Amino acid sequence: MALVLTEEQSMLRDSARGLISDKAPVSHLRSLRDSKDATGFSRELWKAFAEMGFSGLLVPENFGGSGLGCVEAGVVMEEIGRTLMPSPFLSTAVLAASALSRGGSEAQKSAHLPRIADGSLLAALAIDEGAKHRPLQTNLQAVRSGNGFKLNGAKALVVDGHTADLLIVAGRTGGVAGERGGLTLFLVDPKAKGVAIERTVMVDAHNAARIEFANVEVDADHVLGEVDQGAALLDGVLNIGRGAVASEMVGLSEEVFGRTVTYLKERKQFGKLIGEFQALQHRAAQLYIDIEITRAAVLKALQALDGDFERAGAAVAVAKARAGTTATLAVQEGVQMHGGMGMTDQFDIGFFMKRARVCQELFGDSNYHADQLARMKGY
Amino acid sequence: MSDLETFRRETRAWLEANCPPEMRRPMTSENDTYWGGRNAKFSSEPQRVWFERMRDKGWTVPDWPKEYGGGGLDRAEHKVLREEMSAIGARAPLSSFGIWMLGPALLKYGNEAQKKEHLPKIAAGLIRWCQGYSEPNAGSDLASLQTRAESDGDDYIITGQKIWTSYANYADWIFCLVRTDPAAKKHDGISFILFDMASKGVSTKPILLISGYSPFCETFFDNVRVPKSHVVGTVNRGWDVAKYLLQHERAMISGMGERGVGRPLGQVAADSVGADEQGRLEDTMLRSQISTFEVDEAALAAAAERAVDLAKAGQSHPAFSSAMKYYGTELNKRRHEILMSAGGIDALEWESERSRGGARPRAWLRTKANSIEGGTSEVMLGIVAKRILDLPGA
Repeated sequence: MALVLTEEQSMLRDSARGLISDKAPVSHLRSLRDSKDATGFSRELWKAFAEMGFSGLLVPENFGGSGLGCVEAGVVMEEIGRTLMPSPFLSTAVLAASALSRGGSEAQKSAHLPRIADGSLLAALAIDEGAKHRPLQTNLQAVRSGNGFKLNGAKALVVDGHTADLLIVAGRTGGVAGERGGLTLFLVDPKAKGVAIERTVMVDAHNAARIEFANVEVDADHVLGEVDQGAALLDGVLNIGRGAVASEMVGLSEEVFGRTVTYLKERKQFGKLIGEFQALQHRAAQLYIDIEITRAAVLKALQALDGDFERAGAAVAVAKARAGTTATLAVQEGVQMHGGMGMTDQFDIGFFMKRARVCQELFGDSNYHADQLARMKGY
Repeated sequence: MSDLETFRRETRAWLEANCPPEMRRPMTSENDTYWGGRNAKFSSEPQRVWFERMRDKGWTVPDWPKEYGGGGLDRAEHKVLREEMSAIGARAPLSSFGIWMLGPALLKYGNEAQKKEHLPKIAAGLIRWCQGYSEPNAGSDLASLQTRAESDGDDYIITGQKIWTSYANYADWIFCLVRTDPAAKKHDGISFILFDMASKGVSTKPILLISGYSPFCETFFDNVRVPKSHVVGTVNRGWDVAKYLLQHERAMISGMGERGVGRPLGQVAADSVGADEQGRLEDTMLRSQISTFEVDEAALAAAAERAVDLAKAGQSHPAFSSAMKYYGTELNKRRHEILMSAGGIDALEWESERSRGGARPRAWLRTKANSIEGGTSEVMLGIVAKRILDLPGA
């Protein structure tokens, strides 16, 4: 497969870019933040997303979606990264849609996937419990009780947790924290007795929640996939999420970089355009090269996910590690090169810096993924 | 089965039958490679066998047209061949500036007589070429070159000096930039010309480098007589040819890291520093350097693949080879720093059987030239800044 977008993928990008740049420029996020909006995103815009077919992008056609792949999801994520549009796309259309279509029973798929595709169901994936992403460290206890399970424990950084109609929760039905065996995924109703959801106001003004589970009863029908065998399903879903977040970071990096280069061509100091200074030219050129190389690595990972899913792990680790490092550099250089203006809240650059920090942490930062790669290679 | 799958199957079988086991081991020095030329000697029998078999198939230059001694493979077939060769670790049968640099320039700018004369000899390894670009005062500022070619009937009389001429002392012919119009502006009076290094008035002197090798020479031209028909492209428009060739040179240098791949870095390090009970390197900082390097190396490989695909789709920027050259050479330097660090004391030995003549430290030192030759890293960044990002200033 050629490492360039196909004509159809380019068209998808153009239509996503049109809608997002028109309806959700950075000022959209800013006004949601400033008004302390209770939902944290625009439901109207999510409806428009559904009408364009974006919410059902990864939903199979027989469940009302368009049955496209990770490259297409990445194309939309990249556009989201350009304007930092807050939306349930990652939580619902990418993570939940993948988890359900890869691990769900026919009944679970029929119940949820068509509603994800038409935009009427929002979902969230609840994995991490500690400060850093460590899926195998899951410690939430899921003990057999009656026909099903009883959940006790807590989750941190559940993206879109407070607006979700459906939670997908990783729990431990066996083994101890750190082990692969004994992990199970559950579909949990956020309104169920014992679920306490606290929206956390985050640095990037995007939605996340801390969720506590106290004796939450879950029916056996609500196990997603096999009991005790959830790690493999989770790996796959997380890898799709990592590819998607890496794409968001490519979009974010490119947008910050574009704004910075424009600034270098406009701003005068010492009687010269600052873009004439070689010190800045070389740094800009290095960043451009970094972004281009990262873009290739991310596309490679997305194609690997659509092609040889089981063997895509290394490519995904490379992509997420690279994207995190590149986005970090892009926002740092963006603020630095904008000088004092870059430090003001009034200027948009800071929004990108904050979002990049969150994207780094989501599903493993650059260190985590470099470590994963080393483990895969056995050193 | 598609034609391409058939081609892959046949290629795999042919390589399996024809590539000697000795030619499937990683190279340890530049001497392990066959460079061809009038005075060429094979370093081993397997090297000769491998070269001759590949030459007979046109696979020293698989993607050149058959009429010029190439294999006539299309892009997809060429990719298959590269993949199958790399799968068994097969060495390139012939290393040659004629293949990497002059050939592509001749295919684009040469006239029919020049193509017929030179390309088949390059493909067959009969003539070894060197490149006469840099001069003592025209390195990064290449267009300042002063070597002059004065018209004398059907000939030019060439006088001047070149420097950093790789393997000039072994080369049979040179492709050379000369000033044919001293009155014209810097870039406008330069021509691209070919001549025999055995011509009267040509002399060379090796330059000893920090690696202990002398791959480079100073090259002197004292009234060398060269027929005007040896100019490639238009007289005074040699800069176009030079730039085109430089793109190939940059692509070649940015790929040098891949060509030299030997044992995985993690294994090299494990030999010297050891591993903990979980199999992780004892030296955690080194482990993180290696893994970060491998992330970047994999990303660069994807970018190299994408660069080819973008070019095919007509979406690439002509200056992008500068971006790849910059990144590839900086990464290769990093690789060798890590190799030295991973090897510890074992990597310091300079002259011994055990160290294969100090192959590792010499290779490490050699890489330091990667970000200088073919345009320095700073020049590459300048090209990206101005030509791709369109930043202001001269």
